[in-house]
Amino acid sequence: MSDELQDLYRETIMDHARAPHHFGLREPAAAESHQLNPTCGDEVTVRLHLSPSGDRVESLSWEGHGCAISQASASLLSDLVHDLEPAELTERIGLFRDMMRSRGEIAGDDELLGDAVVLSGASRYLARVKCAMLSWVAVEDALAKLPQAA
Amino acid sequence: MILVAPVTTPLADLRADFPLLDRSVNGHPLVYLDSAATAQRPNVVLEAEQDFLERRNAAVHRGAHTLAAEATEEFEQAREAVARFVGADVDEIAWQSGATDALNTIAFALGAASLGRGGEAARRFALGPGDELVVTEAEHHANLIPWQELAARTGAALRYVPVDDDGLWTLDALRAVVTERTRLIAFAHVSNVTGFVAPVSEVVALAASVGALTVLDACQSAPHRPLDLHALGVDFAAFSAHKMLGPNGLGVLYGRRELLNALPPARTGGSMITTVTMEGAEFLPAPQRFEAGTQPVSQAVAFGAAVGYLTDAGMAAVHAHEEELAQRLYEGLSGIPGLRLIGPGAGVERAGLVSFDVEGVHAHDAGQYLDDRGIAVRVGHHCAQPLHRRLSLTASVRASVYLYNTADDVDAFLDAAEGIRAYFRV
Repeated sequence: MSDELQDLYRETIMDHARAPHHFGLREPAAAESHQLNPTCGDEVTVRLHLSPSGDRVESLSWEGHGCAISQASASLLSDLVHDLEPAELTERIGLFRDMMRSRGEIAGDDELLGDAVVLSGASRYLARVKCAMLSWVAVEDALAKLPQAA
Repeated sequence: MILVAPVTTPLADLRADFPLLDRSVNGHPLVYLDSAATAQRPNVVLEAEQDFLERRNAAVHRGAHTLAAEATEEFEQAREAVARFVGADVDEIAWQSGATDALNTIAFALGAASLGRGGEAARRFALGPGDELVVTEAEHHANLIPWQELAARTGAALRYVPVDDDGLWTLDALRAVVTERTRLIAFAHVSNVTGFVAPVSEVVALAASVGALTVLDACQSAPHRPLDLHALGVDFAAFSAHKMLGPNGLGVLYGRRELLNALPPARTGGSMITTVTMEGAEFLPAPQRFEAGTQPVSQAVAFGAAVGYLTDAGMAAVHAHEEELAQRLYEGLSGIPGLRLIGPGAGVERAGLVSFDVEGVHAHDAGQYLDDRGIAVRVGHHCAQPLHRRLSLTASVRASVYLYNTADDVDAFLDAAEGIRAYFRV
């Protein structure tokens, strides 16, 4: 096996893919988004759940099917969102996108992206960037649907 | 792994004609098993296009200078070569941008006839409420959506022949769908997912019994087996140059002469007319009737070289070679635990491709693992979502062979395929 492949399928990624966190859609949700990758048929639905005050993301629940990268990415994202303001989460999605578009150049800041930095290995594989981005795009879309008061 | 008898074939040494096959990928010699998506091109095809562009390039069917005459002659010779290759007459071969384009051309021409275009001669093609179009559940999107859209435009209904749990359809299932209302049956000669080979003559006979037109998607047959469209008796057929050693951006619409000449054109413009006034136009007969605008001339010339190369190799030999490799693929994959093979079972005819699901591993991950070892296969739904949905899959892995593949390619692939599930620990 090449080092690149081992880097793509790191242990953390395979663990999340096999046993994804926050899997299963919950009620009530402040916003929801469904995204589809038409080239492979991978799908994800995410729901944002807000704190009682309504100004922070309490949690994310999701469902979907797809490759190890897309499943692990959604799981890693679901671990990241807790207690973030929508603007903070939007910023981190931006950082994640920068990392994924960097073709391996940007390692990612684990202070801000948590364990999701392990997906930097996937950024070298152009065809896999969309797999990793799918759930992040869904959350970005769900954030845009939140009532402005949030 | 199951050991199978070694393949001996007169075609093995063709590999040297294909410069791309020489390269390595991820530190391994390339094993190219994705020819059902696109084929690699031999030197003679690459050189034919370059030579044409360096010496004779000009617009065809217009202009009076020497280059125009030479280019037109070569362009038409390519058409003759392709016509001979598939058992058609030269005026039954219209250049299109690809097979998808060709199928859309038929659908839009029928749609135009349904709107009354083409006058008396085209009236027999008109579709409307009460008419039915028939496809199979296994079709490539290119041979499905144009008919869905034609049905939506004309008020005709689209019916489909269901497939079984292996992704196969039967003549009995087709007979259950075809009625006196059926006006057209569109089907793949060879399925790009299952490798199933359709009983073309029987479908043609059934269509004739109810007066329906037949449309054959020959994308996966024309490159791989001897094809005689006149003998098969289909009304229309479509195939793409890039799947048969030729260039991208070029495909063929075949139609029986009397049908093509009775249909109204799907696209209009330059070089397909006889007389134009400010009120209207009269159109040339086929094939120019379906070739509006500037044509892909150097591509056609290269395609002529491609069918020449295939003819020299001998299509019967190509077919036999691929059948052996397909058998080796099928038997080898059958022996690997945790793989679900789609398509015809052992002992049933199958074209040179095998699609499969790796239990517990997504097709993209399996493809990534294989690519890491230099093996190029197709992963995804292969433009056949309804078929995959019917098989409860979103995606599958497809290995496909062509005349330049060898038993060593198949064995390298099988060796790697055996390791997929262990790598992903399922």
